Amino acid sequence: MRVEVQGLTVRYGDVTAIDDMSFTLSGNKIYGLLGRNGAGKTSLMSALAGYRKPSGTVQLDGVPVFENAAAMRRVCLVRHSADAADKGDKVSHVLEYGAAWRDTWDNDYALELTELFKIGLRTKVGELSLGQRSALGVVIGLASRSPLTMLDESHLGMDTPTRYAFYDTLLHDFMAHPRTIMISTHLIEELSSLLEEVVIVDAGRLVLQEEADVLRSRGTEVTGNASDVDEFTAGMTVLGEKSLGRTKAAMVYGALEDDQLIRARGLGLELGPIALQDLFVHLTDPVGGKR
Amino acid sequence: MFDDRSPIYRQIADRIKADVLSGALKADEQVMSTNQYAAYYRINPATAAKAFQQLVDEQVLYKKRGIGMFVSTRARDMLRAQGRETFFGEVVDPMVAEARAIGIPLAEVIRRIEQHENNGGV
Repeated sequence: MRVEVQGLTVRYGDVTAIDDMSFTLSGNKIYGLLGRNGAGKTSLMSALAGYRKPSGTVQLDGVPVFENAAAMRRVCLVRHSADAADKGDKVSHVLEYGAAWRDTWDNDYALELTELFKIGLRTKVGELSLGQRSALGVVIGLASRSPLTMLDESHLGMDTPTRYAFYDTLLHDFMAHPRTIMISTHLIEELSSLLEEVVIVDAGRLVLQEEADVLRSRGTEVTGNASDVDEFTAGMTVLGEKSLGRTKAAMVYGALEDDQLIRARGLGLELGPIALQDLFVHLTDPVGGKR
Repeated sequence: MFDDRSPIYRQIADRIKADVLSGALKADEQVMSTNQYAAYYRINPATAAKAFQQLVDEQVLYKKRGIGMFVSTRARDMLRAQGRETFFGEVVDPMVAEARAIGIPLAEVIRRIEQHENNGGV
């Protein structure tokens, strides 16, 4: 499903959660929505799901989603730990509810997944652990097979083996049934190899939208003698620096040209890649520091 | 499994090249599908496809429509030739620098290499 966002703004009273955001997702990919706490991830996903009246436009396959029942039946947003479900409801009831709301629901698959995540059908939602509630959210998200599926912090409380089972299941099901999947997470390192594209938001604004592999190839860590590093990185976008004695490492953003590579070798500088997670940290507002 | 630093597709392509060089993948042998690679390495299938495309562009693999990807007949010879071009710059020169840094005379390094040759080795 294609997603088009144009001039989207979301406000809560005086607080602007999403500030004039525009982007297009061509669809049928796994997208990572990355942002710090309070960056606007959940607000953005809610607007994409048609949960709130947008200022600006949100169109799914060319039609506005808000107050559009047909479009909303093709969207599934699972907030972390399935908090929309009533605590007194049994898991089986939650699944029936999921089926009733979505045309694309696959009930056999839902049952298979509850078994995989060891969620008892007769258990009440309130009796599930946080990790199990998150897993139930993943069951609903994947079994919905919605053309636009959004999983907001679905890993919360899951232990490592469960998260890996989640990643494997997600990947298998995506390959069998390609659709637009958007995942928000803080565990970037773990998830990043699954993502085809990343959307980074910060303080309600779009920082960038890029293919994950392209983004990875854009970051370079330049290490060497401090004055040489300074000379080499002059005029480049430097995301961060650190020093140890006379040695300095600078993270630069942007592809390096051949002549720059030759110059770096001439200066005896070491060039290394930067992990996606580190790039993310430096592309968003640092904690207690200046950009 | 990946270092999450350099583009993953390049790491996958390098592994396939290494398999061709070592003979683990033979000429005209079919390689696994992008989906099999994606599931095995837990990566996005588009990333695996990108690695395969790079290898097709470099003529290491060729595509049979509707069947899959195969190792080119000339792939191994070609990769060996490329490896020979970069061997001295990427392997020997750093080794010499390392030997100098830790104080091993080059004559000793040469002696060691000659021992390998005399043993009929590599």
